[in-house]
Amino acid sequence: MNSRSWVSIAAPIAMGLVFLAAWHAIVAINQIPSYILPGPLLVLETLLRDWNPLFHSLLITLRVTGSALLLAVLLGSLLSVLFVQSRLLEAALLPYAVILQVTPLVAIAPLIIIWVDDPFDALVICATVASIFPVIANTTVGLRSVDTGLVDLFRLYGASRTQVLVRLRIPSAAPYFFAGLRVATALALIGAVVAEFVAGTGGTRSGLAYQILQAGLQLKIPRLFAALLLITVTGIALFLVVSWLSRLALHRWHESELPQEK
Amino acid sequence: MTSPDTPPAAIDIRGASKTYPNGVRALEPIALTVRQGEFVTIVGPSGCGKSTLLRLIAGLSPSTAGSIVLSEGFSPPRLAYVFQSPTLMPWASVQANVRLPLDLAGMPRSDADEKTRHALELVGLQEFARSFPRELSGGMQMRVSIARALATEPRLLLMDEPFGALDEITRNRLDREFSELSARENLTVLFVTHSIYEAVFLSSRVLVMSPRPGRVHAEVNIDAPRPRRDSFRGTVKFATHSAQLSEMLGAVMSEAE
Ligand SMILES: Nc1ncnc2c1ncn2[C@@H]1O[C@H](COP(=O)(O)OP(=O)(O)O)[C@@H](O)[C@H]1O
Ligand SMILES: [Mg+2]
Repeated sequence: MNSRSWVSIAAPIAMGLVFLAAWHAIVAINQIPSYILPGPLLVLETLLRDWNPLFHSLLITLRVTGSALLLAVLLGSLLSVLFVQSRLLEAALLPYAVILQVTPLVAIAPLIIIWVDDPFDALVICATVASIFPVIANTTVGLRSVDTGLVDLFRLYGASRTQVLVRLRIPSAAPYFFAGLRVATALALIGAVVAEFVAGTGGTRSGLAYQILQAGLQLKIPRLFAALLLITVTGIALFLVVSWLSRLALHRWHESELPQEK
Repeated sequence: MTSPDTPPAAIDIRGASKTYPNGVRALEPIALTVRQGEFVTIVGPSGCGKSTLLRLIAGLSPSTAGSIVLSEGFSPPRLAYVFQSPTLMPWASVQANVRLPLDLAGMPRSDADEKTRHALELVGLQEFARSFPRELSGGMQMRVSIARALATEPRLLLMDEPFGALDEITRNRLDREFSELSARENLTVLFVTHSIYEAVFLSSRVLVMSPRPGRVHAEVNIDAPRPRRDSFRGTVKFATHSAQLSEMLGAVMSEAE
């Protein structure tokens, strides 16, 4: 490992430690009560003590996020392919995708939750709505950003529409798709949490947002912080997984993922 | 008209012309016959319609009037086109790039692999089959592009300034290799270049085009046996033809201004 990547790991860790120390100091010196701001050690202690219910909630939130992301990727890519094959379809559908994107999720979520019987499905739909747009937008641009020389080459050798799509457009779109996927991943988690908040205590299953809601009502602030911590860690983990997938797919050819030389 | 010792035509261009949809008149009606086994090179100032002519012949762009007839066995896939830039798929290995025309034609994988290996051997890149385009130099990428054109075992090769972006030493080496290869494989070649020396070195016939609108201005036969060796560059014949073409091109350029 070279020195640059050491710095990129050590610097944020050092920053985090400084932040935790300052947080601890402020709470200890000012003797802030734990129902207003618990210290980092108390949060950690709560996290360990309440691990079972919290972990259970984490799994539910993860399942909502993962299902929504999968749906957004499948549906979004499919729509992009249709858009690229037919300008008419794009003209007819894209405005609605944009409307869906610009309408705040909190405004649509209650309706979805009322209309869809199964609360899990309702949450997944909310998170999908929140995350599908970057997949559509990026993949569509990618499918269109094809080297004109390669288009000529495929034409010269009599490639069919399907061959052009599979062998030329889809690989050309991959870097754009992965850029969209990163944004979509973050949005899917946010969508899942927001939808859970809207569903509130009415939801039969209890994700992390439900834990936060409950802890807030019962003034169990350390537990609220512990749940918050889990959401943040989940977001970071998802981001890392997607970055890793992107590197796996692109590292041999695309500029964005080329290994750095010393 | 064909005497017993003139080979039959590969390309017969009968008054083909091109006006682009934006109104640019790129080519006056052109009459030109390229015979089987000939190596014909087009030189001319940029914008005189050289690329347009190749694209019309390859069927990548329709001609506005007139017709272009490719003889039996000289149309795609036996017609291959080497573009000015290597035009490789960056996400695919050298091997997969060269195999592309065969894959598109639905050739069984084992046959296609065999032909790909042979084509890479012809350009001396068999060891780089698994490399990716960005791991190769510009000259090597151009050779991959030529291997891809050769993989379909073409009889007619259209080449648009293929070595234009390379340094002179690399270009001279590729010219020599290509002179050998085209003679050995008995290819009919229509080649475009900016370089008079490259034209004289490679060709059996050189056409000088003039711009606005594009037309064939003059024609020079280079009757020395092919393939040519580097020593050909030192001969009187080479120098005479180079000077002659240089003068013609100079006249065309000043006329254009
Ligand atoms: N797709 C196009 N649309 C409109 N005009 C074009 C197009 N391609 C080429 N031209 C014009 O046609 C003329 C000939 O171009 P080209 O064949 O590329 O010349 P050359 O290859 O000799 O440099 C130029 O004036 C150029 O601007
Ligand atoms: Mg050109």
